[in-house]
Amino acid sequence: MDNTRRYERLLERYMNGDLDRRKFLGLIGAAGLAYGVQTPFAKQALAATEQVRFDGWGGVVSEAFRKYAFDPYTEKTGIAVVDGTFGGGDEYLSRVKASQPGEYNIAHLSGVFDYARYAGLDLASELNEDNIPNLQYVIPKLVDVFRGVTGGKLSCVPYDYGTTGLAYNRKHISDEEMKEKGAKILIDEKYKGKIGGWSDWRTRMWYAALQTGQDPNNATDVDAMWDAVRKHRDLALKYWTSGAELMSLLAEEEIYVTEGWSGRIYALQEQGHDIGYMDPPNGFGWQECLFVIKGSPMEACEELLNFMLAPETSIAVAEGQNYPPALDPTKVDLGDKIPTLPAFDPTGTLSGLTFANPDYWNGHEAEWSKMFGRVQKGY
Amino acid sequence: MSVERREARQPWILLSPAMAAITLLLFVPLIFIVVYSFWLRTATGADQAGFYLNNWNEALTDPFYRDILLNTLKIAAITTIVCALMGYPAAYFIARSRGNKAILLLLLMLPFWISYIIRTMSWINILGVSGAVNSILIWLGIIDEPLQMLYNETTVILGLVHFLLPFMILNVFVSLDGIDETLEDAANSLGATKWQGFLEVTLPLSLPGLAAGGLLCFVLGAGTYITPLVLGGSTDAMFANLVFEAIITQLNWPLGSALSLMLLAVLGALVLIYNRYLGMAQLMKGLG
Repeated sequence: MDNTRRYERLLERYMNGDLDRRKFLGLIGAAGLAYGVQTPFAKQALAATEQVRFDGWGGVVSEAFRKYAFDPYTEKTGIAVVDGTFGGGDEYLSRVKASQPGEYNIAHLSGVFDYARYAGLDLASELNEDNIPNLQYVIPKLVDVFRGVTGGKLSCVPYDYGTTGLAYNRKHISDEEMKEKGAKILIDEKYKGKIGGWSDWRTRMWYAALQTGQDPNNATDVDAMWDAVRKHRDLALKYWTSGAELMSLLAEEEIYVTEGWSGRIYALQEQGHDIGYMDPPNGFGWQECLFVIKGSPMEACEELLNFMLAPETSIAVAEGQNYPPALDPTKVDLGDKIPTLPAFDPTGTLSGLTFANPDYWNGHEAEWSKMFGRVQKGY
Repeated sequence: MSVERREARQPWILLSPAMAAITLLLFVPLIFIVVYSFWLRTATGADQAGFYLNNWNEALTDPFYRDILLNTLKIAAITTIVCALMGYPAAYFIARSRGNKAILLLLLMLPFWISYIIRTMSWINILGVSGAVNSILIWLGIIDEPLQMLYNETTVILGLVHFLLPFMILNVFVSLDGIDETLEDAANSLGATKWQGFLEVTLPLSLPGLAAGGLLCFVLGAGTYITPLVLGGSTDAMFANLVFEAIITQLNWPLGSALSLMLLAVLGALVLIYNRYLGMAQLMKGLG
């Protein structure tokens, strides 16, 4: 939190009558004294952190972060933000595992299951929440889920949420047909060679659960799910491996239907492509967070997180990347565009979304990811 | 120190920076990979150090890996043959051209100035549903609906040929360029036709270059994973994709290490066979 904001909060308390004038002036004086004493040392401390590395999903998401968060943060603090990209959480985890402590700092992780995996590999840091006062604006349910994984402490701040729903080309598939077929359209022989899918084992198994009428967080007939994955594989043109490829395949009409990330599909719609988007019942909801990896310069990272959670930054990034922010709509006015984004929940309870149970999915990770590697190749 | 001893030491002194680099950048990582291949992956994704044969047992006995390896060798072999068939005439043309040889060689090197991934992805704009070929065919009225030409084994081979053809041409060119042209004239003067002269004299003399190009194309083709990832369909994976998946997607570095050593052993055996019968000198000439 910067000093201006501290002063504004103090002033607000004074104006509200929570502080008398003597106490207000006393605190201002104490703050001035503390500032004068710590400034020479603070400069040395900050000089040690020249840059923070941030890794995210690339594309329009990275562009939004750069424009609305990193550049203004660097301008304000003098700390450069080096941003890298990854195609998936698994790939990034492998890079982090091979790195030295402190080489990677903040990651835009997807899903509580990723958060749990990082914590399980002893990569979780411990945030000082006092340095991130903007956390107060975040939907409490999103924060609590992460706390549950790391024993009440936080290694991340929730940042946005979205869904992996069904994206379809309206020139070839009507809204009515989508409603009627739901997730099963991905295994419909009628669209053989025009179906796509993400090469992510979780997404494949989640949709296989929907296609076989099972609860994605507690499926019992796993063999039927693998059969559905195989059927999808045989009908699909190809598995896409990044958001850019997803957008390209749909925009170029190489495929007519696939599951897709809500923000990316919204971006396609904004570009004028007649692509529909639908979340089937029990569709795949996820919440993304900004995770600080153990060994990172904590104060610089916390300052960046707080800066990114500031409503004006968070809203601008959300509008740029087309995913609703983690900000609580009952506490913060989110403007005009965000309520129109797919997956947006105006109540702030997120009760309409189904999230992956981290224990269930991480419990099957080793077995299912390996199995999918084989099924994907025709076995 | 005597002159002889000093002279005997000089090559080693000159070689020492390169040998140090190779030791640090190749042999040391290789030893790490060998050690890793005997470890295990735990349920959380962390590695369990020790001496376990599980990964090797799986890599050597599971038919899944054997089948993908055979398919990889098949794709690499087809690619090599296509490169040879396409590359030899091009190399012959360059070697026998007068005056513009340097320009032709420069043109041959031009693709290397563009990233391999970009070159591979360019096929999407050429063969895609709304790519150049389909657009022209529809514009000419030959087809009504775009043809699905991408994401199959043929496009993987096409992408590999695009990538590897210059390596074949360069090797064959070096070989052809070193052949005395008067030998063909001598064959002709003894009654051989142009074609017979080529078959009986030029082709046999250029075979070492063809073999060197073939070896390079095969080894590089069998070790690639980008081309099948970009241009292949769901079932067109090659062995390097399995290594990528084991290490990156499944976080199973021990199994990935065993698989990568398996691929290294197969390709290394091919290089040894080549060296046994043809020697590495021609390959060095081609690379130079």
